[in-house]
Formats: sequence, C-alpha cells, structure tokens
Amino acid sequence: MASATTLPRSEAANAPRPADAGILVVKEIVKQFDTPEGPLVAVDRVSLNVRPGEFLAVIGPSGCGKSTLFNIIGGLLDGYQGVVAVAGETVHGPHPAIGMVFQEESTFPWRSVIENVAFPLEIAGIAKKDRLEKAKKFIALVGLNGFEKRYPAELSGGMRQRVAIARTLASEPKILLMDEPFASLDEQTRLLLGDKVLQIQQDLQQTTLLITHNITEAVQLADRILVMTYRPGRVKRIVDIDLPRPRSSDVVSSEAFGRYVAQIWNDLREEASRGMQDEESRALHAGEPP
Amino acid sequence: MSLGVVTRARSFPLVLGLGALAAMILAVEALIRLGAINRFIVPLPSQIVMAFERVVLEEDIAERFRLTFLEALAAGAMITVVGVSLGLLLFRVNVLRRATETWVAAMASAPTVLMYPLFLVIFGRSASTIIMMGFVAGLPPVILKTIEGLAGTRRVLINVGKSFKLTGPQLFLKILFPAALPTIFVGIRLGLIFTLINVVGVEFLINFGGLGQLINDLAERYDLPGTYAAICFVILVSVCFFVLTEWIERWLRPVD
Repeated sequence: MASATTLPRSEAANAPRPADAGILVVKEIVKQFDTPEGPLVAVDRVSLNVRPGEFLAVIGPSGCGKSTLFNIIGGLLDGYQGVVAVAGETVHGPHPAIGMVFQEESTFPWRSVIENVAFPLEIAGIAKKDRLEKAKKFIALVGLNGFEKRYPAELSGGMRQRVAIARTLASEPKILLMDEPFASLDEQTRLLLGDKVLQIQQDLQQTTLLITHNITEAVQLADRILVMTYRPGRVKRIVDIDLPRPRSSDVVSSEAFGRYVAQIWNDLREEASRGMQDEESRALHAGEPP
Repeated sequence: MSLGVVTRARSFPLVLGLGALAAMILAVEALIRLGAINRFIVPLPSQIVMAFERVVLEEDIAERFRLTFLEALAAGAMITVVGVSLGLLLFRVNVLRRATETWVAAMASAPTVLMYPLFLVIFGRSASTIIMMGFVAGLPPVILKTIEGLAGTRRVLINVGKSFKLTGPQLFLKILFPAALPTIFVGIRLGLIFTLINVVGVEFLINFGGLGQLINDLAERYDLPGTYAAICFVILVSVCFFVLTEWIERWLRPVD
C-alpha cells in the first residue's frame, strides 16, 4: 500500500535538501496587488523547491494565487518580494531555462503546426532546415505525426494544447512550467493528455511544475503535491505521492489513488469553502446600493 | 440529383450569386418595360449592355480605367503605409492615442470630399489632388482598425512571446502584427472603399482624369446607358482592388 508523507507548512517550506538541491527554488515569495477595496495579498511567503526530474503539482482553490505564482516563476510578473532561482541563479524576468505552457489556447493561428513548434528555434536563429527537422521530433513526441502542415483551426482543443506543449519543449527548457494546461478540455481528453505528459516527462526526465485546481490530475501526474490555502495563498501542506512509475491513467482506478484524492480534498475542502463564501459575500455587497 | 447534393457543390454559391444578379437584371428590365420604373431615369439593362461596346470603342475606356486604377492604387498604397504606421504609433504611445483617437474617428465620418476646393488650390487641377483626396478620405479607418487589431491581440500570445524572450521588434513582427493582420485588412478594405469613392467623385467634380470624368461627360450628354456602363467599370476597379487585397492577405497570413 502506498503511503502519503505530509509535512506541516513551515517544515515543508524550509526542509533542507542538501542531497538533491532544487533546480528551481522559490523562496518566501510575497505578492500584493492594489485593488479598489485596498491592498490584496495574493501570495504570502510561498516557498518551494523542485528537484531535477521531479514532477511537482501546485494545487489550490480558485483565487489562491496559483496563476500569480505561475507568472512570477515564469518572469511575467514583477514587483514581488522573495527570490526565484534556477540552478542557483536568481531569475529576473523570463528565463530560457523555464518553458511555459499556458491555460488559454496559445498556438499561433497563422502558423502551421510545424511552424508553431519551430517558433522558439526560429527565434534562436537556427537554420530553417535544421529547425524543421528538430520540430518534427517534438511533434512526434506529442503524438501529432502527420499533422505538421495543418493549422491550429483544423485541430481539436487537445491537439492544439499538445502543439503548445511541443513548442515549449522545442526550446529545451530545464523546467517545464504548466498553468492548468488541460482546464478547457473534457475529462477523457484530460486523462489521455495526462498519459502523454507522463510519457514525455519520463522520456525526457523533464522537471515539471504543474499549476492546477484538479485533484485527480495532480495525483495522476505528480511526485509531490503542494496544497495552497485560499487568499492569501500560502503553502498549507506538501503531499508525497508514492504511486509507482511509470504511471498512466490506469492509476486512477487504484485504491491508493483514491486515498490520495480523498486526503487532498480533505485539505482543500475548507479552503474551497472559504473561497466560495468570499465570492458570495462580494457578490452580495456588489449588489447593495452605495 | 437531390437538392442537398446540389447545394453542397463547390460552385453552387457562385452559380447562385450570378443567378440572383441575372434575375435582378431581368426583373428591372421587366419593370421598366411595364412602366413601373421611368425609363428616362433608369435605362433598360439591355441598353446598358449594348452601350458597353460604344463606351469601350469611343470613350477610350482602357486609358480611363488605367488612370482611375492607378490613382486609387497610389492612394491605397499611401493609406496602407501611413495608416498602419500611424496606427502603430498611436498604439505604442498611449497619451497620443487618447489625445487623438476621437478626432481620427470623427474624421472617418466627415464628408472630406467637400474639401476639394482647398486641395485644388494646393495641388492644382491634377491627379495629385485626386490622389490626396482619396488618401485623406481612406486614412482614418486604416488607423482605427490598426489600433484595434494591435490592441486586440490576445494577452496569452504576447505572454508566449515574452516567455521566449522576444525583443520588442520581434514581438511586433512575429506576434502582434500577424495577430492584428485580419483586423488591419478590414481597415484597408474600408479605407479603399472611401478612397475609391473619393477618387471617382473628385474626378467627376473637377472633370479631370479617368472614369469619374467619363461619367460626368456621359451624364451631361444625357447618355444614360453609357453612364451606367461607365459605372460598371468603376465597380470593376473596386473588384480588382478587393481581389488584390485578398490575395495579399492570403499571402501574408495563409489560414485563419
């Protein structure tokens, strides 16, 4: 029987890992936004450490600052306190070692599949013949052989998301950072794409940080899951997922999988309820006369 | 052959369009012959068809067509280059945009053709006046649609560019411009409509140049079939421009 190791927040954040130092270290990140209602702390002293080849999922209810964290790590958001470091180097702004996959549909509609995937190689100045050859390998990796000359409008949502993943992988990032990449897909496609991501992660030993609100997705894919609190977003708990690898979507039917899902839901229930109450309260007040 | 098979045929829309046009012409012909439409105001379509030969052979239509086409092409090229550049400038400099966007929008709906006496004074009774009038009339939609296209670029596409560390010019050329292209072309097509109307209109008003002057001449001679035949050539110029812009757009952005 697989077991889950859980750590309280402070321990989890500060646990020293000298033997396997993180390739991505996020330390004491605080991000505050100014809103008409006053300052809003979106992320509060969040620390995490992703080891080379590890798959870490960050999970939390809507409004817990997951996407803010994604944008900070990806270098798209500044004006925060704390440190983001890749392989020991502090990062300011987008970093070539971090490849981002976005929640929204992000393929370029005016480029064919192969031109989309070759995009980062084109920016890197690689000759056309070489970059197209290389792009083909990544298209094959995401299982889209034969679709090289198609345009995004001719593909399904799941296929387009695979193109976006292949495009990011073509830049050969040390860390793959994904923000709810399957959020707009149906459950079956989501499970099958999860298989594809697992296979890629295993083939490339790709260090991956997944931001999600989907518990089954997180348990299916991750080695560890970092559970966040609702506003302000803090690390509530880190759960080790001790399910065998190589893994596939078959794992969802196992008893251990169900236990992990139940355990994480237990952690999230309170946060999600707070989020819901908060939203209801704001909606109520928004409807009140001044 | 079932109705479904016929309507799904590739050539069906073209055949339907031409058929509808032919039916409309026949209906107008019938209404005039029955006296429902005054034939001294609207000539018979069959007379217009017969007038084509006369207009082509006697009125030097090829040269007039060439003149109007070139004037419109020059003004079209100017509204494209200047309009897209100004649109980009206003998109990048927010203060400038907020200060001028309303004026540009107001200019788009202003009857600039009434300014032709001023242009006559500046440029004389020449093709320059016609081109400049076409340029002024067609410029605002290109500016407005360029701003709209660039501002409407989805945030996630810009973020993709930033995540790949694109420089400012790379971000514009590789993402912003291609993303905005369909909207920019809407602006160029709108601009070309205004340009062509003004080019032909000013040719008519100052009695100079190509098809506009011919329409003026024929109207003054009360040659109504010839006038309508000449108007058909103006429509042909318009068709040429639309085919040209569509071809350029397909070349720049193959699939949407």
